Amino acid sequence: MMINLRRQKEVRAVKRVLWCGFVLMFVFFFSTATLYADSKAYHVGCIFAITGKASWLGEPQKNTVEMLAQKINESGGIDGKKLVLHIEDTQGDNTRAVNAVKKLIKKFNVCAILGPSRSGTSMAAIPVAQAANIPLISCASAEIMLQPIEERGWIFKLAQNDSDAVRKIYDHLVKRGLKKVGVITGTTGFGAAGRDFLIKMAPEYGMEIVADETYAPGDTDMTAQLVKIRNSGAQVIVNWSIVPAQSIIPQNMKQLKMEIPLYQSHGFANIKYAQAAGEAAEGLIFPAARIMAVDTLPKRHPQYALMAEYKSEYESTYKDNVSTFGGHAYDGIHLLSGALEKVGDDPAEIRNYIENARFVGTGGIFCFSPKDHCGLDKTAFELLTVKNGKFVVLEP
Amino acid sequence: MESGGFTDFLQFIFMGLQRGCIYALVAMGFNIIYSATGVINFAQGEFVVLGGLMMVTLTTGFGLSIVFAFLISTLFVTIIGILMERCTINPVKKPTVLRLIIITIAVSILLKGVAMIIWGKGSHYMRHFSGSDPFVIAGATILPQTLWIIGILGVIVVAFVVFFNLTMTGKSMRACAINRDAACLAGINDRNMVMLSFALSAGIGAVAGIIVTPIIQMDYARGALLGLKGFGVAVVGGLGNSLGAVIAGILVGVLEALSGGYISSHYMDAIALLILLLVLFVRPSGLFGSSEASRLKEF
Repeated sequence: MMINLRRQKEVRAVKRVLWCGFVLMFVFFFSTATLYADSKAYHVGCIFAITGKASWLGEPQKNTVEMLAQKINESGGIDGKKLVLHIEDTQGDNTRAVNAVKKLIKKFNVCAILGPSRSGTSMAAIPVAQAANIPLISCASAEIMLQPIEERGWIFKLAQNDSDAVRKIYDHLVKRGLKKVGVITGTTGFGAAGRDFLIKMAPEYGMEIVADETYAPGDTDMTAQLVKIRNSGAQVIVNWSIVPAQSIIPQNMKQLKMEIPLYQSHGFANIKYAQAAGEAAEGLIFPAARIMAVDTLPKRHPQYALMAEYKSEYESTYKDNVSTFGGHAYDGIHLLSGALEKVGDDPAEIRNYIENARFVGTGGIFCFSPKDHCGLDKTAFELLTVKNGKFVVLEP
Repeated sequence: MESGGFTDFLQFIFMGLQRGCIYALVAMGFNIIYSATGVINFAQGEFVVLGGLMMVTLTTGFGLSIVFAFLISTLFVTIIGILMERCTINPVKKPTVLRLIIITIAVSILLKGVAMIIWGKGSHYMRHFSGSDPFVIAGATILPQTLWIIGILGVIVVAFVVFFNLTMTGKSMRACAINRDAACLAGINDRNMVMLSFALSAGIGAVAGIIVTPIIQMDYARGALLGLKGFGVAVVGGLGNSLGAVIAGILVGVLEALSGGYISSHYMDAIALLILLLVLFVRPSGLFGSSEASRLKEF
């Protein structure tokens, strides 16, 4: 009886060892498989906030890169090599972004990384990519990501500069002879950054900030702030925010029968915000990437053909409106596939290629240089307005 | 448009009333479950979201009339509240307060995920119930939707007073809230009362969601934000005290609007929260809470 029990135990121990060995072999086999299987392919990493609170940024980006990669591979790949995308989800979280970058570099040996979607996650991921000497092409907009440029040699960004949106608005105000500006911003990172630029750059354009108000993303009524702005004698209101609450401002202005012009930021470039504000949104002006109003853009515009193609492909594939954010990913894949075609998948060569790249994208006409890793200026924005519930290019 | 001292003041009050009524409705939802179980239901914000999203789908998606969609959305969320109680709260063998609270957090994450899958990640909007042409009162303007919000809060408060004071079920619920063991001995089925409390607070949450959606738009992730202010208001009004929630809600809303209008909108939330803190220093059980009753509660 005793012997029997002991033997059973031994058998169990042997079984356990065998199991462990089997599992280990299994893991080893698959990890090496991912490392060496597709050596005749180009491996590019993508990190987007596909789920989580910033998923409205990351989801169109993921959709776009998948759509483009499929198209490229169906037409024979890049120089006969397949483009393999390794897509990771940051969930909008800094730690996850850093881990994703490390995983892409160490495990998948990617030659370049596209993303992250948010400025915060990009800032977290930048030191890792910079130290590993892998080009990181962020889809976020904060200009601080590229400063100081000496320490950001491997970092690029595709989104337009917030400060250029301010320039575009102030240029237009100067043209209309309006000087007294009432600023109202959301208390999110986007709103705060915009507020800083609006205040800092006002003297350059001879603007006087007569009111400076804020609202929280959950606020339901901004009449108190607007009454203050009205009493300050402002000639124009600039509302800078990216959350849905910004649609309340035009409605409250209509409620208070305020007649002064309203400018919004490029954060308004979501047709749902305009629809939510309804009639009150008619005629407000905001700078945005041209992709938001492709249909009303003159056909001879250099960006037109490309954007019309992207828009129709995206909207028919995903049954969703095309967005500026997906456009950044579109530009990223185009930039990278161009680089891979010209110089192959050596990260340093790719970096050098991008530094001198010039191309027409959805975000604007890019013109990179060793000093400018964004490649866009205020001409990337077009002033749009709302007409019959649709975004249209503002007639000059 | 003229503007002067009194007109501005009235405008701020209108703004405060609108915000306050929304806080009050969310806070009432917290209170009902708290009185019945001693638990803070962290899924309250999700009820608000579900109500709002359902309303959008029914009105803009299916083209139902507002009244009809209102009833169906409320019923839908009420059923979700009942299911939540029957499936997650009722089966717990040793219902300690901490355990139940953690369950409500889990349910809130679950509901949020389901809402994301069904309604997607974008924000949804719908038209105001009866147009957006403002009424002018002494120079200040008020939106019809704000009147709807105030009116619906009024109706709900009256319905509650009637329910809790004049009906047998309402009285039984109050008995359970005061002393559950004694209520059981008097022949009240306390488990059913808990279920009813979830049904009621889900219903109220849904109503709150339905009436604010035309103003703020709704997305799946709104719950936490909406729940937080409502929770603060419930604490200030005295947890478990529904009338306290209404008064505290309006008080907080008006204070926020006035500090936004007269001091600075940068500190709007800060000033309101500072006053709330002061209230809690002076009266730890809230404005209308009884300190004796709160000593008997576990949480």
